[in-house]
Amino acid sequence: MEKEMKIKHPMREQEPRERKKNFNEVPFGYDEETAVAEAERCLQCKKEPCRQGCPVEVDIPAFIGLIKERKFSESIFKLKEKNNLPAICGRVCPQETQCEALCLRAKKGEPVGVGRLERFIADWELAHGVEIPPLPAPSGKRVAVVGSGPAGLTCAGDLARMGHDVTIFEAFHIPGGVLVYGIPEFRLPKEIVAREVDYIKRLGVKLEVNVVVGKTLTVDELFDEGFQAIFIGTGAGLPQFLGVPGENLLGVYSANEFLTRTNLMKAYLFPLYDTPIKVGKNVAVVGAGNVAMDSARTALRLGAENVYIVYRRSEKEMPARLEEIHHAEEEGIQFNLLTNPVRLFGGDNGWVKGMECLKMRLGDPDESGRRSPIPIEGSEFVFEVDTVVIAVGQTPNPLVPQTTSGLKTGRKGTIEADENGQTSRRGVWAGGDIVTGAATVINAMGAGKTAAKSIDQYLNSLA
Amino acid sequence: MYRLITKKVLSSVHKLFEVDAPLVARKAKPGQFVILRVDDQGERIPLTIADADPERGTITIIFQEVGLTTQYLGAKESGEYLADFVGPLGKPMELPSPGGRVIAVGGGVGIAPVYPKVKALHNAGLNVISIIGARTREFLILEDEMRAVSAELHICTDDGSYGQHGFVSDILQQFLDDGKPIEEIIAVGPLPMMRVVANQTRPYGVKTLVSLNPIMVDGTGMCGACRVTVGGKTRFTCVDGPVFDAHQVDFDELRARAGMYLDKEKMALENCRCGGAH
Ligand SMILES: Cc1cc2nc3c(=O)[nH]c(=O)nc-3n(C[C@H](O)[C@H](O)[C@H](O)COP(=O)(O)OP(=O)(O)OC[C@H]3O[C@@H](n4cnc5c(N)ncnc54)[C@H](O)[C@@H]3O)c2cc1C
Ligand SMILES: Cc1cc2nc3c(=O)[nH]c(=O)nc-3n(C[C@H](O)[C@H](O)[C@H](O)COP(=O)(O)OP(=O)(O)OC[C@H]3O[C@@H](n4cnc5c(N)ncnc54)[C@H](O)[C@@H]3O)c2cc1C
Ligand code: SF4
Ligand code: SF4
Ligand code: FES
Repeated sequence: MEKEMKIKHPMREQEPRERKKNFNEVPFGYDEETAVAEAERCLQCKKEPCRQGCPVEVDIPAFIGLIKERKFSESIFKLKEKNNLPAICGRVCPQETQCEALCLRAKKGEPVGVGRLERFIADWELAHGVEIPPLPAPSGKRVAVVGSGPAGLTCAGDLARMGHDVTIFEAFHIPGGVLVYGIPEFRLPKEIVAREVDYIKRLGVKLEVNVVVGKTLTVDELFDEGFQAIFIGTGAGLPQFLGVPGENLLGVYSANEFLTRTNLMKAYLFPLYDTPIKVGKNVAVVGAGNVAMDSARTALRLGAENVYIVYRRSEKEMPARLEEIHHAEEEGIQFNLLTNPVRLFGGDNGWVKGMECLKMRLGDPDESGRRSPIPIEGSEFVFEVDTVVIAVGQTPNPLVPQTTSGLKTGRKGTIEADENGQTSRRGVWAGGDIVTGAATVINAMGAGKTAAKSIDQYLNSLA
Repeated sequence: MYRLITKKVLSSVHKLFEVDAPLVARKAKPGQFVILRVDDQGERIPLTIADADPERGTITIIFQEVGLTTQYLGAKESGEYLADFVGPLGKPMELPSPGGRVIAVGGGVGIAPVYPKVKALHNAGLNVISIIGARTREFLILEDEMRAVSAELHICTDDGSYGQHGFVSDILQQFLDDGKPIEEIIAVGPLPMMRVVANQTRPYGVKTLVSLNPIMVDGTGMCGACRVTVGGKTRFTCVDGPVFDAHQVDFDELRARAGMYLDKEKMALENCRCGGAH
């Protein structure tokens, strides 16, 4: 018994051999019995160390305690006090560096499966029907939210619950941001995102898709139309390339394009859906973050025979969630670490044919504390690829900053905002990846929440 | 949902729609485009804004049926709806300085994107010499509209069935050779035509602009599908263009990238949803 308590209750999963051929979600989630058993591992610590690891300070001991008592609807209510999108966070938060990292149980054995329990209770609610909390009387104040990623959705939902009249403007034809165009179906089913969006809409939030702010409408025009405050949550959507020769060859994708075609446009269901995608036999994905793991596992599911992660540092520095790296390994993704591409070359038909790389070694830690990679001279080698996906990071899209007067931006094109999310322009808040650069879902949500509070105070201060 | 208000059949493969899209119409400027999706399973395709009426809140699109999506679109009737319609995207065209000679060249369905530019120049008081051409008489679109906004209109067909027998570049050559200075040439059409014009005007040092049409997905700069090499640098057509200096464009790369999905596109056509119950 004591021994069993040392590890998290495992979640049942699709077998790697099966799942690498389909886009269905990999883990099945806990059933009630397992969830209650896992909840029993929680020590209900008075000091709540886990809570400090959560960017939105979910009351972890409380919601887990309620699962233990099988008070499921009370549990979800508790959870939702802090987190509007628990079905999503339970699945995609990097728990190992956040809530679970500080769990007392982690000192001896594995931490409590906070993420798994969060997922369980959120799915329980989705299955039993989502309850809409009572809403206050309308304040008569109007807020525009630009972008429907986790930052925008959270900010909009919170403001609606404070009685404000909120409209979200989204550039794409489907709301959700990275949750719908980036993170693949097998990790976050789009049905779940759609239900969370539906919940936000049922709180009274209006949603206008196909509006590119900066093009279709500007921030100034939103003010002219009577919005009294504006939240910008436009994310970090601009793909970075390596800047090496051959990057415009056929078969070379940015991760954004590769994942957008597959997830948002459903190219994996081609020709039922009209958008095509092309994946060859040998696929190299450059980078080792979540975006890279998602691209690699997507390539496998689209029929590639060999998929390589090409990363210039070592295993220890890989930024992806632990679970994604494990899943990728289990599915047979091959890791070419300490390897840096220097050139792509093509065949007569213009398609990429090979990748030339340099071997790297690790030097001293740089300012980020990570050991920086140094090329090993004369270590060039070439390997055959027919598809390359570049997943080395994104920067903020300049559309909104470029078309909005009085909005201060940082060096990397991020919008500058204070700890409340307030920007240099009166009445304009910003949060999520557009402020921090590419980060996490829960951080974006946290920023949306903080901004909502600050916007509420501002609106109440208006006559 | 975006309502199709009027439909005009311009030829057996060219159609025109007026689309109800007030927000886009209010903002549209010559040179910009929209991205649309016909239905929920559809792909996103870019089409130039051929005309905009902010009062009525409508956008005009003109397209050639080349593959699956343009055929679905062509099969729609007025009164029906498009799933998505977003814009205006891309940079508006810059007006050349007044007084100089401006020549606009439109080949095939490229006449549709050339027309709003010529119209804008005309409205700004500039005289434009227009050259339009098509494979055969049936495929020559917008003749009357182009005539109404051009100081001179020259027409040619590949097969000689209408206007001068030959290519738009043949007519353009006469102007390059007549000794009078040219302020700017704007050429839009199929890639091979734009490449010919670029090579043709380069030795004369005449400023030549082309409107590029690479494959796109989002149209807002987030995917990089539309990247082209211009002057040795990678540019995104949807946000940095679609109009670029013709002499700087790497047409070979552009042409290769346009063919990336040829086999898949054929397969999509063969599996087409248009015939069945959809
Ligand atoms: C492939 C991938 C996998 C990831 N995996 C994880 C993970 O496992 N765990 C995790 O915590 N984080 C993960 N992340 C990071 C996380 O998704 C982001 O940090 C988070 O989504 C940022 O939220 P956001 O609301 O700031 O922006 P986004 O989610 O980027 O949403 C921005 C929205 O704004 C819209 N928009 C942009 N410009 C405009 C405009 N001008 N007008 C109108 N709308 C506009 C966009 O279309 C988009 O819908 C991943 C990211 C990617 C790309
Ligand atoms: C900024 C811009 C403005 C455009 N304006 C117009 C316009 O006003 N009228 C018009 O008829 N067309 C225009 N196009 C081209 C139009 O987008 C394509 O014809 C359309 O996407 C083809 O889709 P499809 O499914 O019918 O054909 P597909 O089956 O996808 O392709 C058929 C053929 O068209 C080529 N093709 C595929 N996608 C594109 C694409 N996005 N752009 C160019 N060629 C493509 C393919 O290589 C193939 O040879 C424009 C393109 C861009 C980028
Ligand atoms: S929101 Fe994320 S970090 Fe916070 S408790 Fe839930 S899983 Fe942990
Ligand atoms: S630290 Fe771990 S054991 Fe303690 S209350 Fe939090 S989840 Fe439970
Ligand atoms: S179409 Fe995606 S960046 Fe231009």
